[in-house]
Amino acid sequence: MALILNDEAQMVRDTALSFFRERSPITALRKLRDDNDPVGFSRGLWREMAELGWTGFLVDEDDGGSAFGMTGLTQVMEAAGRTLTASPLMSTALLGASLLSLAGSDDQKAEYLPPLLAGEQILALALDEGARHAPDRIAVTAARDGAGYRLNGEKTFVLDGHIADTLIVAARTDSGVALFLVPGEAASRTRLAMVDSRNAARVRLDNVVVGPDAMLRRGPALDLALDRARTGLAAEMLGSAQEAFDRTVQYLKDRKQFGVAIGSFQSLKHRAAQMFCEVEITRSAVIAAASALDSGANDAAALVSLAKAKANETLFLCGNEGVQMHGGIGMTDEHEIGFFMKRSRVAQATFGDTRFCRDRYAEAMGY
Amino acid sequence: MSNFRAETRAWLEENCPPAMRSFMPENEQVAGGKRAEYVRPEQKIWLDRMAEKGWTAPTWPKQYGGGGLSNEQAMILEEEMQDLGCRVPLRGMGLSMLGPVLLEYGTEEQRQTHIPPIVRGEIRWCQGYSEPEAGSDLASLRTRAVLQGEHFLVNGHKIWTSNAHVSDWIFCLVRTDPTAKKHEGISFLLIDMADPGVRPRPIRLISGASVFCETFIENVRVPVGNLVGPLNKGWTIAKRLLEHERKGIGGIAARNAAKFEVPLEAVAKQFAGEQDGKIADPILRDRVAAYSMDAHAFQLTRRRAAEEAEAGAPPGPLSAMFKLQGTELNKRRYEMLLEAEGFQGLGWEGEGFTSDELRFTREWLRSKANSIEGGTSEVQLNIIAKRVLGLPD
Repeated sequence: MALILNDEAQMVRDTALSFFRERSPITALRKLRDDNDPVGFSRGLWREMAELGWTGFLVDEDDGGSAFGMTGLTQVMEAAGRTLTASPLMSTALLGASLLSLAGSDDQKAEYLPPLLAGEQILALALDEGARHAPDRIAVTAARDGAGYRLNGEKTFVLDGHIADTLIVAARTDSGVALFLVPGEAASRTRLAMVDSRNAARVRLDNVVVGPDAMLRRGPALDLALDRARTGLAAEMLGSAQEAFDRTVQYLKDRKQFGVAIGSFQSLKHRAAQMFCEVEITRSAVIAAASALDSGANDAAALVSLAKAKANETLFLCGNEGVQMHGGIGMTDEHEIGFFMKRSRVAQATFGDTRFCRDRYAEAMGY
Repeated sequence: MSNFRAETRAWLEENCPPAMRSFMPENEQVAGGKRAEYVRPEQKIWLDRMAEKGWTAPTWPKQYGGGGLSNEQAMILEEEMQDLGCRVPLRGMGLSMLGPVLLEYGTEEQRQTHIPPIVRGEIRWCQGYSEPEAGSDLASLRTRAVLQGEHFLVNGHKIWTSNAHVSDWIFCLVRTDPTAKKHEGISFLLIDMADPGVRPRPIRLISGASVFCETFIENVRVPVGNLVGPLNKGWTIAKRLLEHERKGIGGIAARNAAKFEVPLEAVAKQFAGEQDGKIADPILRDRVAAYSMDAHAFQLTRRRAAEEAEAGAPPGPLSAMFKLQGTELNKRRYEMLLEAEGFQGLGWEGEGFTSDELRFTREWLRSKANSIEGGTSEVQLNIIAKRVLGLPD
């Protein structure tokens, strides 16, 4: 397992960092929020991201992707996190592409992957049903209906669920949980306005009937896709934490009180130094998790849980400290630092909060 | 490299006595020196065999008795030693601090004189840095060295001179120009403790042990040739040596995770019980996981830094981060052990406690010094804020 980036990953990283800085600064998220944009991200921007190849990192070369893996995608997601970019990277490029690649039939791949890769179609994983991430607690049912299935029940906090062309629904069948490809419009969908201004939806399935060809292959695909999601989100959160931290340190140097820069005060210095350590430590965990997933290492579950837990804690810290150290201006909507703290809480809860990750880590380590 | 690994392993298997492939209690650590005492004869055999190959100082140049290995080879040696459970044959301030500094700043004569005996464990060194009035504010030190012809006349009082009572030589920071600004009048001097004017006195610590001393230096004449680096420019060397020291102290967590250390989760299971393979107390389990995850992420960060260094990134003030995090984690580990053990973790001596339990009590107390020695955690935070983040004074 390498903990430093190779040249290829470094190139993706540099491209992504400048792309998001130029094309999607935080003002873009603010505008989506203030315009009450019905989509919640820019479709034009998403097509540009697709053109850069980012939708194909988790898709095999035979299927039109580049199979660059999580090491590549985490670079993009970290860069997106620096500018809090709203995009279907998670729902479509990570989860949709993973599940189709890992568990799709040839026909399913042929139908869904090309428009996904082109940035034309959005997918969304409809998994959780309650207020906490609990992939083992699925109550939505898929009962046999002729050759196909009849789906009933409700999903919530479905990322990009309200505009997804296709939902991937986890539902309980007679022989365990399975994943079904369901047309977005077949479900009744309510957009949830979240504190971070990013997309989430409640999705209701009332007697939605799908054919036998709608089911993805049973197997470990969901677990692996979720571990990728946790790692991808941890990378995004690392980017957000780094940015909140960098901005805060800059503010400590610029802001003067009592005739001196407030960054000369030891009470602030020590906390800034502490944040620096946490960001660096989180970075190591994220790189290790991505690398472990790409190489199929058998300690991947532990490393993924570690990465997400550290990202949860570190973005929490940098978001909170960012607001506090900016003082009054940090409380204003006009200033951007507050966006990081808002994003923090939603990202923490998504795909496993810290106690979920600790429990899973302990389990993986045999205690 | 795979050849090197195979050869190294074969050599270790052949030469490391079985008794040296076991957990090493504190009192069996080998630091060498003229007054070295060996609890078991294998300690000396193992030291001599490793020193013969220069593997007590694997990356030091061969011409001074070192192993002449590349960083990558040294890492392989370390991995193979850990895998076989081989004890570190020799430790001490000569190896971890003075040697690297002499290689960088010493004269050829100083290197020839002092480095080979360090590699062979013949001379034990101690560190004369802190003084009663110069702790975190180290540069305010007052030990005076007055140049008189071919000698310095040294007078002063050092403290926290670890193991001074069993050491042969002391490297000292001394004030050679009392009129200059405090950082600019300091020199770095090597002093032979055979001089009766150097008098170490052990200090009893909260752990009951006396690894620290205070050392009185009274009218000691030190040859000019024992000055390392230019006169009055000792602070640069002092800081570099501290970086080496911090690297060593920050590595404590790594050493304790080694092959024979009792895993925290096993202790937690032993005392809190086990249910379906889990620590039965869910709160303790969560706290054990929280600690273990932080320690794991820290190890990954050390490895990342090592890989970056190998790839050519300059080493820098990050040693402050490793010192800070490594020592704080080590302290937390002992707090977690005590918490898991309850009353059983609070024994001082005698019956009713296992040797591990009694050892943990003492080590818990000893660990409190980790975040004080070599610069307090607060000083490390200052260093990160200033030198990494560029925050103003």
